[in-house]
Amino acid sequence: MFQLTRAGSIARRYFVTNGFDGVLTLFGLLVGFRLSGTTEFGVMIQACLGAAVALGVSGLSSAYISEAAERRKELKALEQAMLHDLSASEYGQAVRLVPLLIACVNGLSPFLLSLLILVPLGLAQRGVPLPWPPLESAIALALAVMFLLGVFLGKISGTHWLGMGLKAIFLGLVTAGLILLIERW
Amino acid sequence: MTITTRLVLDILKPHRPNALDFVRQILLRNDIHRVRLNLAEMDEKTETVLLHLEGTDIDYEDLVETIARMGGVVHSIDEVEVREAADARSEAD
Repeated sequence: MFQLTRAGSIARRYFVTNGFDGVLTLFGLLVGFRLSGTTEFGVMIQACLGAAVALGVSGLSSAYISEAAERRKELKALEQAMLHDLSASEYGQAVRLVPLLIACVNGLSPFLLSLLILVPLGLAQRGVPLPWPPLESAIALALAVMFLLGVFLGKISGTHWLGMGLKAIFLGLVTAGLILLIERW
Repeated sequence: MTITTRLVLDILKPHRPNALDFVRQILLRNDIHRVRLNLAEMDEKTETVLLHLEGTDIDYEDLVETIARMGGVVHSIDEVEVREAADARSEAD
């Protein structure tokens, strides 16, 4: 069914794009905290968790609504061409299941990647000693996740993985630069 | 008792699954051992195909369901070969 509707490639695209949105948002928040000199890990975690949940819910609902509408439209066009009801076919099943799967990927990718980035802050809040400062570690982790998403994108698009990974990091650094500019202004 | 050993069906199907996947799905059935598909006509969203099927005892209703699951619709039965079950058994021996 997923092959029939090419849902795999769509889910992969959503995973990267919304995952990157989530990571970049968290990265921006963490850089903002770093520049403001906030030291309260609890506040940082709460703010980042709030953003992660909002990104997750937004990704879940927006993808479901748009994908369900798109699938229904496709099915209707095909039914008109076939002059036959296709609701019992794999096309009909896809209209019901594929939007759910894609919504889960779209919602969970920014949420789970955000949770991963928050690990150093969470450990520091629980008193676990870290070899590096927790906030800087979380920022570095966000950049590393951005790099990996770029590498993944490079692999599936068949372009050079390192170039795509570095491009993703560059976007993060541009974001940090813009935040710094606004902060100083 | 009779058994259906050969069928030629005129089918309207969407472009996906393609001819190869469509035929493979049908061949996965136990009652069919040989399938040939000829493309008769192609439109923007659909294609009309002639499906030549050979099998031991083809369950037509179930076959139509298999085709429908892939989005296809049987328009007509163009050829059919039905035998007495005893004849088929003696031929096999």
